[in-house]
Amino acid sequence: MGDWLTPDAWQAVRLSLTVSLWAVAASLPLGILVAYALARWRFPGHGLLNGLVHLPLVLPPVVTGYLLLLTFGRRGWVGQWLDQVGIVLAFRWTGAALAAAVMAFPLMVRAIRLSIEAVDPRLEQAASTLGAPRVWVFLTVTLPLILPGILAGAILAFAKAMGEFGATITFVSNIPGQTQTLPSAIYAFLQVPGGEGAAARLVLIAIAIAMAALFLSEWLSRLVARRIRGL
Amino acid sequence: MLSVALRHAFPGFTLDAGFEAPAGLTALFGQSGSGKTTVVNAVAGLLRPQSGRIAVGDTVLTDSGRGIFLPPHRRGIGYVFQEARLFPHLTVRQNLLYGHWFTGRGRQPDLPRVVEMLGIGPLLPRRPAALSGGERQRVALGRAILSHPRMLLMDEPLAALDQPRKEEILPYLERLRDHAGLPILYVSHSPAEVARLATTVVLLDRGRVTAAGPVAAMLSDPAIAPLLGLSETGAILAARVEAQEADGLTRLSTPSGPLFLPRVKADVGAMLRLRILAQDVMIATAAPQGISALNVVPVQVRDLTPTGDGVLVRLDAGDQVILSRITARSAAALNLRPGLAVHAVLKAVSVAPGTIGVSAG
Repeated sequence: MGDWLTPDAWQAVRLSLTVSLWAVAASLPLGILVAYALARWRFPGHGLLNGLVHLPLVLPPVVTGYLLLLTFGRRGWVGQWLDQVGIVLAFRWTGAALAAAVMAFPLMVRAIRLSIEAVDPRLEQAASTLGAPRVWVFLTVTLPLILPGILAGAILAFAKAMGEFGATITFVSNIPGQTQTLPSAIYAFLQVPGGEGAAARLVLIAIAIAMAALFLSEWLSRLVARRIRGL
Repeated sequence: MLSVALRHAFPGFTLDAGFEAPAGLTALFGQSGSGKTTVVNAVAGLLRPQSGRIAVGDTVLTDSGRGIFLPPHRRGIGYVFQEARLFPHLTVRQNLLYGHWFTGRGRQPDLPRVVEMLGIGPLLPRRPAALSGGERQRVALGRAILSHPRMLLMDEPLAALDQPRKEEILPYLERLRDHAGLPILYVSHSPAEVARLATTVVLLDRGRVTAAGPVAAMLSDPAIAPLLGLSETGAILAARVEAQEADGLTRLSTPSGPLFLPRVKADVGAMLRLRILAQDVMIATAAPQGISALNVVPVQVRDLTPTGDGVLVRLDAGDQVILSRITARSAAALNLRPGLAVHAVLKAVSVAPGTIGVSAG
């Protein structure tokens, strides 16, 4: 393996895995909450929230990255405050994780929301008439039924995070060992003469991870459908 | 005792209903769209009425005047839905014990007794998807009972089932009504179910209660009975078992004379309630001769009520009432009028199943 990939490339793969795992793990609870709110609650601003969640899907990634920089940069209105408590995101791997999380969020929320909408709300009503408080209805009825949907959403988000480039490079730049993720590394290799070989190997890895994630997520989606039908 | 007073306006429809449901099974009867399910959902707390008050015994569940609205999980009201709504990811046993988990508070679940009563022992390890419609509904019934409710709601629990499956569940519902001691509010648009199960009937029409009372009185009231369905209209008669005769008949005594029924499995001296459908009663102005019907009772016409396609005749038999449904042509040909002494020919008499018309308490 060491011969096949240069240490720099290998480092980029490892960093991408770390960044993507953190991006998904940290945004999953919020993703479930937002998906539940969009699927089940009617409130003023429902459409606005829905639009906001989907914005990173349609905005040019460089715009998202720039907005992140304005907000979470050391001079940004959130970044300034975070700086005081010792958290710096700009030009760090944590910032790359934030950028990946924001970009992957719409995919995650969509998958989870679809599985929540497939759960019959009348089952939740039945649970409440049996004495279950709302939180317990969610934990004992809704959550077990949508678990495969959540996993599918997480996997899809992970794959998207692995491939995130535009917002990441705008927000945290392309610093080897710090913020150089797999796509940034491919870009960097392509910039230097003779880097095509290393780039091609990284491209293969990227394709393999993406395909595996898509298959896994597809399989889990089918599982959630079977489970809700009780088979 | 459940007491309900509700007002809730939907677009194009206003529910404005009030009634009381004593112990036993109270049937909420009406056409689709009459507001039955809305009432039941309001009792369960799944719908917050715009105004009204709902109480079970001393416990106020909803009181819009005082801003009281208990959420469903704090009402202690078991709800059996039309579709069983079993949790697909749990086994039958887990489904049955789901409510107990939240409402048990140190109590032992009465699982063995409920499982035995509903005959669902062999189903316990299965998943709901592997059950038939009738089995599912029985499990849903058990699940509601095991949540320690103070009363039960049933929203057309048999509507989604075919006739054999209905027959499979009805005996369990009768047992529940007679032995569980839980008040039951039962939504139905089937006169047959109401006649068989109810102790009290509340008639709902376009969001309003049009009549309410004990089932025997409702089914023999010519003004109300047609609303419940003419085929179920009939009188309920008290009778005492006198003797089991050698030719297989049972002799019963009623205030209006002896009646003979094919062998009734009851001890001599036992009191029974007989159900005589109006469509099974013929009227003769003279004592009929050479007729195969065994039961001919001398009666007096009390009144005649025109119904859709005929006439409902109320007949006084001693201090009890027998109903007869005949055609308008027959009524005219016999010149029936109040006070006329006639003979009622009973083509069929059945023993009321279970304890129909008798409060479960």
